[in-house]
Amino acid sequence: MKNSGKISKFGKVLAMGAAMTMAGAAAQARDLTVVSFGGNFQDAQRELFFKPFAALTGKPVLDEAWEGGYGVLQAKVKAGTPNWDVVQVEAEELALGCADGIYEKLDWEKLGGQDSYIEGGATECGAGHIVWSVAIAYDGNKLTGAQPTSWADFWDVEKIPGKRALRKSAKYALEAALMADGVSGAEVYDVLATPEGVDRAFAKLDELRPNLVWWEAGAQPLSMLQTGDVVMASVYNGRITGLNRTEGTNLKLVWNQSIYAVDSWVILAGAENKDAGNDFIAFANAPENLSKLPEQIAYGLPVKAAAELIPAEYAVDLPTYPDNLAVSVNLDVDYWVDNSEELTERFNAWVAQ
Amino acid sequence: MTGSSRFRSSGFRALILIAPLLVFLGLFFVWPLITVITQAVSDPAVSRVLPQTAAAIGDWDGEGVPAPEIQAAFRADIAANTDDQAMGDVTRRLNSSKSGFRSLMGKTVSAVRENPDIDLAEVDKRWADTAFWKAIQDNASPYTDAFLLASLDMERDSAGSITSMKEGTSANFAILMRTLWTSALVTLSCLIIGLPYAMIAASVSGWKRAVLLGAVLLPLWTSLLVRTAAWMIILQDNGIINQSLMGLGVIKEPLVLIYNRFGVVLAMTHVLLPFMVLPIYSVLITVPGNLMSAAASLGAHPVRAFLRVLLPLSLRGVISGALLVFMASIGYYITPALLGGAADQMISSVIADYSIKSANWSMAAAIGLILLVLTLALYAVYNRLSRDPIQAR
Repeated sequence: MKNSGKISKFGKVLAMGAAMTMAGAAAQARDLTVVSFGGNFQDAQRELFFKPFAALTGKPVLDEAWEGGYGVLQAKVKAGTPNWDVVQVEAEELALGCADGIYEKLDWEKLGGQDSYIEGGATECGAGHIVWSVAIAYDGNKLTGAQPTSWADFWDVEKIPGKRALRKSAKYALEAALMADGVSGAEVYDVLATPEGVDRAFAKLDELRPNLVWWEAGAQPLSMLQTGDVVMASVYNGRITGLNRTEGTNLKLVWNQSIYAVDSWVILAGAENKDAGNDFIAFANAPENLSKLPEQIAYGLPVKAAAELIPAEYAVDLPTYPDNLAVSVNLDVDYWVDNSEELTERFNAWVAQ
Repeated sequence: MTGSSRFRSSGFRALILIAPLLVFLGLFFVWPLITVITQAVSDPAVSRVLPQTAAAIGDWDGEGVPAPEIQAAFRADIAANTDDQAMGDVTRRLNSSKSGFRSLMGKTVSAVRENPDIDLAEVDKRWADTAFWKAIQDNASPYTDAFLLASLDMERDSAGSITSMKEGTSANFAILMRTLWTSALVTLSCLIIGLPYAMIAASVSGWKRAVLLGAVLLPLWTSLLVRTAAWMIILQDNGIINQSLMGLGVIKEPLVLIYNRFGVVLAMTHVLLPFMVLPIYSVLITVPGNLMSAAASLGAHPVRAFLRVLLPLSLRGVISGALLVFMASIGYYITPALLGGAADQMISSVIADYSIKSANWSMAAAIGLILLVLTLALYAVYNRLSRDPIQAR
């Protein structure tokens, strides 16, 4: 009896300690946490949006980087209270997550209404932040002979000998292969929607296999081009312009047949700082703030009023510049939402051979 | 009475003492393990969210489209569901079986919510396609072996018998075999370097032994990532090896040392070498030093003495070391990812892809389970072999 008395006292102390720890954790609320794709892009965002917003509200903003991946977001929301509030996501993740209910519905009154965005830039769960492209790039100083102007040239190893780098994903690789095979940009997804079209894309990839190198992180193709490991690469457009401005390189971008998509801000379902998150998105996407971004990194803006404020010297380098847009292909998000898993598996099997 | 109560209370006290350990093991070992195993063989999303459909569609013969009652049950389930996240799980599951369910379910759910009696084929013509209903039927049971089969590139055909998947659709089995092969290569190269090394370390003494053991232990204190990154710098086209060889005029073009199997095996051998050297060393150090001279005094040639005396005695360490290295190898992720090419990735990267990118936890769990079973089988072998081979002789 004596013993058990001791134990229950010990238990009480333990329980009290646990309760105090929990209370302490609950009292210390997490600051607004904003997550983007890292690198020099996020450095620009930090200066233009995160720091000024923290100064405005008087509360710190934590920023973290991620590399995409729907599973990451889903796991965070399923675990209960997510430790991220505002996340920048790609179009596919936006569509998947909005359908699965892992994002909060945005407060569109605060955000100035969906009409202030370009088509496809605003949805229930996402507010578009940038328009970005995947395009062919080459080093203008090294490739002085024949220069590529299309995916057909990218595939033509006789015209331009040497290795080429592509992003290691079914998305973009299959579109590029079909365009190289003579399918027009407008018809790419119609062809890909048929099993024969997918086979045709893989067959075209087979042709280039001996000359292909794969990249996964956005910085890799830039260094491959600079070291001369490859003569051409598919790249994220913003990084090319950024590198040319900061390091004086002469990397050239081929706008023809580039593939563009919108990245959006979302708020994770059950996020602690949902209201502050809406305020942050409204601040970052406010025309006077957002329009400063293209000066640092060449991504287009899905907010109409912000796009109008961009100085002409920067506007020509953006995917949204009319001349560029006219020769580009819009990434078909619905197609990839439906087919990503099956094609990724097949693509990985193909790569692993 | 007092005796038994005292016994009970002391047992209780002992239990309290080991309670932290038990809680730790339970929370971080047993529970996740059980979760992984259940996840690998079950996905209750469809049967939970669409209970009436799951019950009714079992009777469907798989020809044409299901009877109107089954379609009605499907609509009723959709109308009754209020949890978007749960419906998202269903959609993801179905889309894994049959591409296209993503857009189809989105469209269907909003149409049925508006009008619960709507004709599904009118909502989307894909509902007139047998394959989509077949996917629902296949996923209706909460338990399935589909994930385990898929992780070995197999599936059940329409008759229910196990067949291999169409060539080129999945590379899981090939990558699993590659993982085992790479691990075997790493184990072999660790053995070739580690056995003589351990023998030398055990035969010398004083500062020589300290230096030899220190050289093995030092890398263990460095982060795996740092060691792998160091190999990247050494092996790359304009790295130290290629530059010195080209400087000496031995080669004209740089050797391709990185982004291939060679780089992976080399770096993994370096990282895992301590796990080979240390077990062998610890066995050899207990071998009396005069055995070799005794063998020589009986007229044995040094090679013969080594083969008949020292090698058998070190065998237990060799087996421990080999299994440790092999078991650690099959789970490697970072080193193949950084030093290997597309055709050198190991099974862990596939698991990571399934969990991080496609959020297909069941596939990730199924491949994990297969790795676990492999490791356990090896452990059983190890247990048998390490039962004192000396005694067995």
